[in-house]
Amino acid sequence: MSEYIEHDKAGVSVGVVEKKFYTFAEPPDKLLLENGNNLGPVTLAYETYGTLNPEKTNAILVLHALSGDSHAAGYYSKEDPKPGWWDIMVGPGKGIDTDKYFVVCSNIIGGCMGSTGPSSINPKTGEPYGFDFPVVTIGDMVKAQKVLIDHLGITKLLSVIGGSIGGMQALEWSVRYPERIVSAIPLATTTRHSALSIAFNEVARQAIMSDPNWNKGDYYFGENPDLGLAVARMIGHITYLSDESMRRKFGRRLQGKDNFSFDFGADFQIESYLRYQGNKFVDRFDANSFLYITRASDYFDLEKQHGEGSIVKAFSRTNVKFLVVSFTSDWLYPTYQSKEMVKAMKKNGLDVSFCEIKAECGHDAFLMPIERLSNLVQGFLKGVYEE
Amino acid sequence: MKNSENNGIRFDLQIIASWIEPGSRVLGLGCGEGDLLYFLKKNKQVEETGIEIKESRVEKCIEKGISVLQGDINEEILDYPDNSFDYVILSQTLQQVYEPEQLIKSMLRIGNKGIVSFPNFCHWKIRAQLLVSGYVPITKELPYEWHNTPNIRVLSIKDFRKFSGEVGFRICKEAAISVQNNKQGRDVTFFPNLFATYGIFQIGARGD
Repeated sequence: MSEYIEHDKAGVSVGVVEKKFYTFAEPPDKLLLENGNNLGPVTLAYETYGTLNPEKTNAILVLHALSGDSHAAGYYSKEDPKPGWWDIMVGPGKGIDTDKYFVVCSNIIGGCMGSTGPSSINPKTGEPYGFDFPVVTIGDMVKAQKVLIDHLGITKLLSVIGGSIGGMQALEWSVRYPERIVSAIPLATTTRHSALSIAFNEVARQAIMSDPNWNKGDYYFGENPDLGLAVARMIGHITYLSDESMRRKFGRRLQGKDNFSFDFGADFQIESYLRYQGNKFVDRFDANSFLYITRASDYFDLEKQHGEGSIVKAFSRTNVKFLVVSFTSDWLYPTYQSKEMVKAMKKNGLDVSFCEIKAECGHDAFLMPIERLSNLVQGFLKGVYEE
Repeated sequence: MKNSENNGIRFDLQIIASWIEPGSRVLGLGCGEGDLLYFLKKNKQVEETGIEIKESRVEKCIEKGISVLQGDINEEILDYPDNSFDYVILSQTLQQVYEPEQLIKSMLRIGNKGIVSFPNFCHWKIRAQLLVSGYVPITKELPYEWHNTPNIRVLSIKDFRKFSGEVGFRICKEAAISVQNNKQGRDVTFFPNLFATYGIFQIGARGD
């Protein structure tokens, strides 16, 4: 996901919010991971918006993608220049209406935005984990989120919603803890990565790992592998856009010049854009987290993990209501991948709605201010809440 | 349901609704903005799903709280296991279907009963227009020119009865109606193939 963080056009917001932390799985009761390792203690950074009703039936868990965090909406202070990453969707009267619902957004384990990840201190050594951090999966991320939801006293979430890797988490929730959710809204996502998606991730990872500063993941006391991470981010940004959106946004236009400079500077606007995005990213993101989270997304395979290789069998483990949304220009997780999951849900007699939204902005469409998406989410949640 | 204007839905949809048992599982093929399914959900507590190809209509359905899949009815219908629904409804869409026989067989595979409605092409006004004007008829029910109509087939009430014998399905119930405006209409019992604007059939597999 990119950063399309922008102010709400109408100026509507949940207001000033606060990042909170919850620490659990203190040794010896560590969190058992899918690869057989144990992790503990585990801290999750999270935020909440709106009010939990007395019956505790109005809670919605928002799940973020690769570079997101717990800060989905609102501002950290009155002077804060930027709202949370999904401020256009989460807030009073918005798609996820904080006047009606209690919204929780949790950072994922493996991340670097306040939750336990490779840059966290390993209690055994007193130094950052680095590559000693265990390889975590989407399942592990969801397992940790469930502990947080237990801690918040919510027995049943009204919905789990997310796009991209956040959508994978929503799907994982639906088959792992179907008794704990009423509905799930996976957006612009897949039940497993195609070779194309793995290929992009691999090139991005290689960019990081071939940066001399990366030092096998042990760089926390020296220079960061910024060059590698910036290139990785540039590759990511190509996958988030689309042929059409790049053509419209940049075309072959040159950046601040009329002619080629006959060197290897950023002549084209698209080059300049990618360099800018790459450089901006290194200030806020940890290279090792990038490796771990992209690995988790490559390993994600709902069929294999929950259906012995059958997607139909995987969805036989759930009975929740689904809203699946794809976007026409998303070439990272194209519509056919959403249709495959919808087909498997139908074969299981599940209550599922599906919409392919016409959008030119590629995979990142789920983060854009698209009125139709807000309407779909709002209408679906209303239906689920009233039932 | 004579001269009825209750319920706020179109008269032909009122007839279909009156045939649906409360609490049943209903699939609406080409469900549009979901008016019938919404009515059935509120008034008959059905478990509803619609299939609709147009994105803007899918949005309207979901805004109403109706479960709907965006897609082609001919493809989407294939995914369902046998007997997934009590009723599969094809309302005013048959005349737009490329392979009606396949679709109706699929409807009766996944549903216990099918409900099919269509504009009657042998209404006397259509016959008269053909005879007098020499142009392809344009009516309230079939309001298009030959070059912009989505209705690739024309059929009459008698045609559909004949079709049931050829394809091998059973007609369980039928209604021939004449609709004055959207919400009002009447049953036509006197020469329905001449005086009814719409035919509505409830069908089942042979031997049901």
